[in-house]
Amino acid sequence: MAAFLLSFSYVFLSLILLKMPMSKLKPFSSDFDPLRHESPSVDKVGVEERVARIQTRSIKNESKIQGLKMVLNMIDLTTLEGKDTPGKVKQMCYKAMHLHDAHPGLPTTAAVCVYPSMVSVAKEAVKGSDVKIASVSTAFPSGQAPMSVKLDDTRFAVDCGADEIDMVISRGKFLSGEYQFVFDEIAAIKEACGKARLKVILETGELVTLDNVRKASDIAIHAGADFIKTSTGKVQPAATMQVTYTMLMAIKDHFDRTGVMIGMKPAGGISTAKAALHYLVMVKETLGDAWLSNEWFRFGASSLANDVLMQIIKMETGVYQSSDYFSID
Amino acid sequence: MAKKTDKKLSGWDFSPSPEGTSHIALKDKYDLFIDGKWVKPSSGKYFDSINPSNEEKISSVAHANQADVDKAVKAARKAYNGAWGKMSGKERGKYIYRIARMMQEKARELAVIETLDGGKPIRESRDIDIPLACNHFFYYAGWADKLDYAFPNRKVESLGVAGQIIPWNFPLLMAAWKIAPALAAGNTVVLKPAESTSLTALKLAEIIEESGLPAGVVNIVTGFGDTGAAIVNHPDVDKVAFTGSTDVGKIIQKAISGTDKKATLELGGKSANIILEDAPIDQAVEGIVNGIFFNQGHVCCAGSRLFVQESVAEVVINKLKQRLDSLYVGNPLDKNTDIGAINSKEQLQTIKKYIKIGQEEGAEMYQSPCSIPTKGYFCPPTLFTNVAQSSVIVQEEIFGPVLTIQTFRTVDEVIQKANNTPFGLAAGVWTDKGSRIFNLTTKLRAGVVWANTYNKFDPTSPFGGYKESGFGREGGLHGLEAYVKLS
Repeated sequence: MAAFLLSFSYVFLSLILLKMPMSKLKPFSSDFDPLRHESPSVDKVGVEERVARIQTRSIKNESKIQGLKMVLNMIDLTTLEGKDTPGKVKQMCYKAMHLHDAHPGLPTTAAVCVYPSMVSVAKEAVKGSDVKIASVSTAFPSGQAPMSVKLDDTRFAVDCGADEIDMVISRGKFLSGEYQFVFDEIAAIKEACGKARLKVILETGELVTLDNVRKASDIAIHAGADFIKTSTGKVQPAATMQVTYTMLMAIKDHFDRTGVMIGMKPAGGISTAKAALHYLVMVKETLGDAWLSNEWFRFGASSLANDVLMQIIKMETGVYQSSDYFSID
Repeated sequence: MAKKTDKKLSGWDFSPSPEGTSHIALKDKYDLFIDGKWVKPSSGKYFDSINPSNEEKISSVAHANQADVDKAVKAARKAYNGAWGKMSGKERGKYIYRIARMMQEKARELAVIETLDGGKPIRESRDIDIPLACNHFFYYAGWADKLDYAFPNRKVESLGVAGQIIPWNFPLLMAAWKIAPALAAGNTVVLKPAESTSLTALKLAEIIEESGLPAGVVNIVTGFGDTGAAIVNHPDVDKVAFTGSTDVGKIIQKAISGTDKKATLELGGKSANIILEDAPIDQAVEGIVNGIFFNQGHVCCAGSRLFVQESVAEVVINKLKQRLDSLYVGNPLDKNTDIGAINSKEQLQTIKKYIKIGQEEGAEMYQSPCSIPTKGYFCPPTLFTNVAQSSVIVQEEIFGPVLTIQTFRTVDEVIQKANNTPFGLAAGVWTDKGSRIFNLTTKLRAGVVWANTYNKFDPTSPFGGYKESGFGREGGLHGLEAYVKLS
């Protein structure tokens, strides 16, 4: 009987321990652990206000041209379609290296982003340039596959020569509170990446609240992400400035805590030069100039490049050209 | 075939982006606006209006004396007894709406003049001052024909001639706060803008002239303290509305004691901005910045006393310092400027005096390492830590970009400290917990308490103080009530 009571109380005690609320007020100390501690809360209204103020910044003349060229150099030119073929991928890779040859002095994009099956084609196509190969993986975009499949997916892409891996987190697990699962998965993929840099896609459109975005950012960073990324581009809304701001602040807190820089990639929905410049202003005013290079900031986009090119030509010649003067690969 | 980019792109600054001034119309010399006409001051004296960001003269403004004020009050009385007093609320409303629309049409010009004359960043005059001023006219225009519904089952009468004296921190907005409810309730007005910022009030006089408002309903007399005193002491003024310093407020209250003049006084403040440990920290940091550095801290309700719970004090202060470093201080006309020029040389001296006191008191100072223009009146955003309730810089209103930071341990402690001041204008509370917000808002003795935001204004919302921050409310129905007699 006594043994029974003892074991009962043991079970009871461990239940209590499991149910204990996360301890508070650790988000800024050096021993912060998002699996044990609450992430800082995020006030949506405040974020919207901050973003609105960033959008009132006026970028003109020299700073505009410089900013636009920086944007081009930060683009992960992307094609992620069921109908992707080597032909399509090769053409996109050529575009990444030759954005607008009629106008000398333009940078290349940062990378091209493709499915794992297209990595070797892309790798061959960009040979000799600075353009990196990013590959989505882990059963992109839903991530609804067994761990073994996700690991194979990742290793295959890396073996084919991917420089960067864009993985998706398990949003279902996250939303049901299984943070440890999400963490372990990211850590395992990070290991499988080897030398390739890991971008962790939170798919913020499915996480819905900024508090969730912040929590997921903290978990991803803690699990070894080199970059955190908003979206797959397959779910609406994709990247927004509010979500990106929230993620930038997670990166900032991590940097203030540890001195380690993490990259940021908003993806999907950024299609105009003006919007892209607002993102750069936001990076500058939150993380600072150190993040303003494609080593630490990327845009996941397919149609952004041509709008930026159009603006650059407008800035330098004074007139807008028709979209027919810009290649659509 | 493939090409290499050799130049690494990094480091990025904003090019200057000044708002144009070619579209504004300013006269070299402004007379007084009395009885619908521009009249020369009887003394013949004019004073200079200076651009505080480059110390250059913008225009000359008439200095009204007692005789001029008497003329203005007589004109206001004549209009009150005449056309305006007899006009229906519906017709009055049309005039007020017309003024609001004309202000909107000239919003860009008004914003640029406000910035030139007062030194505030164009971002604020464009996005906050001018739109809010217009909205006050729109809001009160709507009440003009509905006074019986505003105060149901009461007999509503106007007061007569309102003498109004406004400060230099929000020149046009304060004019709107004063004039719009007075007109809606059927009063006539003699208004004196502050001597360092008369120009937008004079532009408003031009708009009023163009709107066809009957002569004498609104009179604008420019000048110094003596002009204001002449208004306050004029026997035919029925109501005094003043926004400004507590010292002047006390003088006014003495001057009108024993008369039947009604008064509303909106005076100084030393408002508490309270950051609890569970607050959304990054948004709270923005709120601190908006609370104290909005309009260079020339805000009566500025959140100038920051209280941070000890468990998050270090991180909040660290984040605040970093945020300070990203603020742009400089040419107020540049669209990217966050902090513009201090309104006047005198005010800059006052601020510097307090900064010196703070250092002498042993407080720890942090100023952002921003570059400051060599000409003009500028002050970098300044933080003081290691201060106490007994520090002078914690007790007295500085009216500049200077923030004192105190820490606290418990909610009860911060309520006591926040209330431990002769002022009581505003307060801010930052927490993720609704119950804490309600607890604090009921216990803080301040006219306005903001929760998870700061310095938010709306024409429908009353604004005013406790204790030495004054009495009476402006804005909303409360603001209208200050301009009517109910029976």
